[in-house]
Amino acid sequence: MHRRLGARMVEFAGYEMPLQYTGIIAEHQACREGAALFDVSHMGQAHVADARALEALVPGDIAGLPPGRQRYTLLLNAAGGIIDDLMVAHVGGHLQLVLNAGRKQVDLAHIRAHGVAITPHFERALLAVQGPKAGAVLPEGALLKFMDAALLDVAGIGCVVTRSGYTGEDGFEIGCAAADAERLAELLLARGATPAGLGARDSLRLEAGLCLYGNDIDEERNPVEANLTWAIAKRRRVGWDFLGAAPVRAALGAGTAEKLVGIKVSGRAPARAGAEIRDARGECVGRVTSGCFAPSLNAPIALGYVRAGCAADGTALDLIVRDKPIPGIVAPLPFVPHRYAR
Amino acid sequence: MTQIFYSKDHEWVQIGEDGLATIGITDHAQAALGDIVFVELPEPGRNVAAHEACAVVESVKAASDVYAPLSGTVTEANPAIVDEPALVNTAAETTAWFFRMRLEDPAAVNALLSRAAYDEFLGSL
Repeated sequence: MHRRLGARMVEFAGYEMPLQYTGIIAEHQACREGAALFDVSHMGQAHVADARALEALVPGDIAGLPPGRQRYTLLLNAAGGIIDDLMVAHVGGHLQLVLNAGRKQVDLAHIRAHGVAITPHFERALLAVQGPKAGAVLPEGALLKFMDAALLDVAGIGCVVTRSGYTGEDGFEIGCAAADAERLAELLLARGATPAGLGARDSLRLEAGLCLYGNDIDEERNPVEANLTWAIAKRRRVGWDFLGAAPVRAALGAGTAEKLVGIKVSGRAPARAGAEIRDARGECVGRVTSGCFAPSLNAPIALGYVRAGCAADGTALDLIVRDKPIPGIVAPLPFVPHRYAR
Repeated sequence: MTQIFYSKDHEWVQIGEDGLATIGITDHAQAALGDIVFVELPEPGRNVAAHEACAVVESVKAASDVYAPLSGTVTEANPAIVDEPALVNTAAETTAWFFRMRLEDPAAVNALLSRAAYDEFLGSL
């Protein structure tokens, strides 16, 4: 189906995925202005029954997650490093997890090693409809607000629908049986969604200031330096009873040597992952972890870790692109305001 | 009639009446790169060797080098594609030329491909 729509395919996390259909910029604009359809079936869906048990492995308030709600959380290792970032929805009488494609086997092994029962449904498909017109493409989801979750019937197809996504726009993520995915995708396209690939997904999430696992966060980074302290629930900051709690608590108290920041880059040349970041005196203070040309801003943007002393908004930094310093400035995230249906 | 030659690195070379070579990337190359957002061109006066990386094109997603198809000295770069990089997507083989150069050995163009040979090469990829 992707090829019939003109997709250029790439390998990603062991999957043949559509990089782009008509072009990254056109697909990016379709998502910011209309509705874009992404096939993100490479992501891993799994079920967990015991919220209390899962809480031992994540800093989020999972036991307090009401039916019909979804939350972003983190799997942490004993050192407070991020094993994966994931979505947890309380829907259908259990917790539904959405795991990163490249991490799902690691996550499964980690969760099981800590005695928590988890049932993978990695064969299930996941489609994302994102953009200001997503509500018109999926009227079945009209009653859902941002981060709500529900079992919905879409043209006779049983779907797990959440009002969330990875673009900063309003939209839905729709899980269904693999056998139903093509019919569901055809229906959403017929209702006006534009097919969009991984390329646009990356530029959209970067503009929205959302981390990409493996680029911006990994097992060497804790939630404090990654600016994800908001994902540590208030209640969990009382008990500090999750794996990795002690190092995370210490990092919160003492601060971290580095911080993840957004950087607006001058000119038009994007600074890519790995580019060195220097301060005004020419000293290396960090590295870019994600960088692209932002179609909505018509300018390059980047995420990167810098020394804590260089992390304040407005700090002037140089990014080294092909041995030349390109001026940048630390900017508040997101680069493009979120427009969720709250 | 001017002659146009092609390289396996997906550049085209047009020899003008003044003997200067105009270099650009092929339509196949721009399509493979996707939306082009930035172009960096060599400075006039720079000596480049054949197959030397001497220009850069950036799409939203990735950076790619453009190679000098032949040895020589750069005489001029095209400011139009620096100001409007998307021109490379719409006019790769016409107005969106990259740079001009004086060839070290004008006869070296004969080692490049004809249009028919280049199309055959594309078909084999």
